[in-house]
Amino acid sequence: MIEIHNLTKKYKDIIAVDNISFDVKKGEIFGFLGPNGAGKTTTIKMLCTLLKPTSGTAFVNGYNIQKHPSDVRKSIGIIFQDPSLDERLTAQENLEFHGIIYKMKKDLRRKRIDEVLEMVNLTTRRKCLVRTFSGGMKRRLEIARGLMHRPPVLFLDEPTLGLDPQTRNHIWEFIKDIQRKDRITVILTTHYMDEAENCDKIAIINYGKIIALDTPDSLKKQTGKSTINDVFLELIGREVKNTTNDSGEFTKRIVMAKRRL
Amino acid sequence: MIPENLQKELLWQKEGFEMYLEIIYMIWLRDIKRFYRDKTHLLSSLARPLLWLFTMGYGLKSSFIGFGGINYTQFIFPGIITMAILFTSMHSAITIVWDREFGFLKEILVAPISRTSIVAGKTISGSTLALLEGTIVLILAPFVGVKLTLLIVLKVMVLMFLISFAFTSFGILIASRMTTAEGFGSIMNFVVMPIFFLSGSMFPITKLPSWLSTFVKIDPLTYGVDILRHIMLGTNQFPVILSLSVLITFSVITSILAIINFNRS
Repeated sequence: MIEIHNLTKKYKDIIAVDNISFDVKKGEIFGFLGPNGAGKTTTIKMLCTLLKPTSGTAFVNGYNIQKHPSDVRKSIGIIFQDPSLDERLTAQENLEFHGIIYKMKKDLRRKRIDEVLEMVNLTTRRKCLVRTFSGGMKRRLEIARGLMHRPPVLFLDEPTLGLDPQTRNHIWEFIKDIQRKDRITVILTTHYMDEAENCDKIAIINYGKIIALDTPDSLKKQTGKSTINDVFLELIGREVKNTTNDSGEFTKRIVMAKRRL
Repeated sequence: MIPENLQKELLWQKEGFEMYLEIIYMIWLRDIKRFYRDKTHLLSSLARPLLWLFTMGYGLKSSFIGFGGINYTQFIFPGIITMAILFTSMHSAITIVWDREFGFLKEILVAPISRTSIVAGKTISGSTLALLEGTIVLILAPFVGVKLTLLIVLKVMVLMFLISFAFTSFGILIASRMTTAEGFGSIMNFVVMPIFFLSGSMFPITKLPSWLSTFVKIDPLTYGVDILRHIMLGTNQFPVILSLSVLITFSVITSILAIINFNRS
């Protein structure tokens, strides 16, 4: 469903994603883990055609991300890590807009809007402007919107960041439900290790390089740890990334370089 | 590749012209809604032309020698209309940069729609809003002694739309090259203000020093102001056909460049 060959993204002298290659099979939930600034979001942005790779290539749903970006865009859905709602529109208007730009027919659009609003418990606030929402509500709406159309490939970039456990649980049940029903391939980045446990496969990325790639069980076996949390700490190291001079500087420069884009 | 049940629901097959129009309509509708809800912006964007019209218009009225019985307030009236249009067009186009800053542009850019339809939607919404503001200023015509007939109003509306379209495309062209909203102030100072000042909105362009005259002639808005003055006051510097050609050529070139740039980014 997704094939990545030697994908690389450089920002001036910084290598955000360094020659990574892996495949994701159809219907898999693929976890993409790594510390902040490791290159997860950059990789996802390249896969969903928002960024051009410096070198290497990738295929999403059989389409080359550089040669056939519009076919790739037809095949994917994405929940972004950072906000992407129009705060001056109501919740319902945001969803309507999404439904139309994803070319959903009216009946299906209406049905799905009701369904996803119910799922994130925002039905009663559907006519309110998004700017009046709390952070958690905005996040929920963002997730609802991403799950409205059911593309073959769904990218979730830290989808449940900042949500309470009940809501996370509820959203995950919904995602798994549609994933099973429609055999959707899910690529997930997360810092919640319980979410990582549920993945069919996990890739761990650090400084732009893939340092581990396997099923959660075999990763545990290889490292002799009992949880993915421990596996992660073992592989990445225990120190907080931004405190060391070198990696702090690295993250900062990445942020600066991205801002210029 | 895609399961049967999904294929029926995902409506890629519903491409066609109708789909294209619906997407453009949606982008247009969003901008109109945002504009309508932001009452303070509506008021403040009207304040600028009104302030110029009444302070400059009446302030300089007595010192203006005038020609053909046209006083200064009447003389600048078509210029004030183009001012309202210019600022609204440019502002509305540059909201793309805000969309980028606030993340909403990503939502549009990853969607399976062509970049051209995004530019089209934005151009039409910007033109609509600019035309609306121009029309509000036009309503003041009787107060400054500019006589309107139905035919004049119709001609003015067509012209206002053309100017709106040209400068919204121009704004989108600029916005497609801008990555942060911080540059907005510089765009206002170094692009919008010079276009306005050099357009001859506020002064006659007949007896200018040659260096200034050159700049005035380069400014495409000059030709918009000139035709409007021709329609409303019966006085103009350039042949109407020349002015029209300049405006249309400018619109076409800027829209094509805007589309190319937007597709590239």
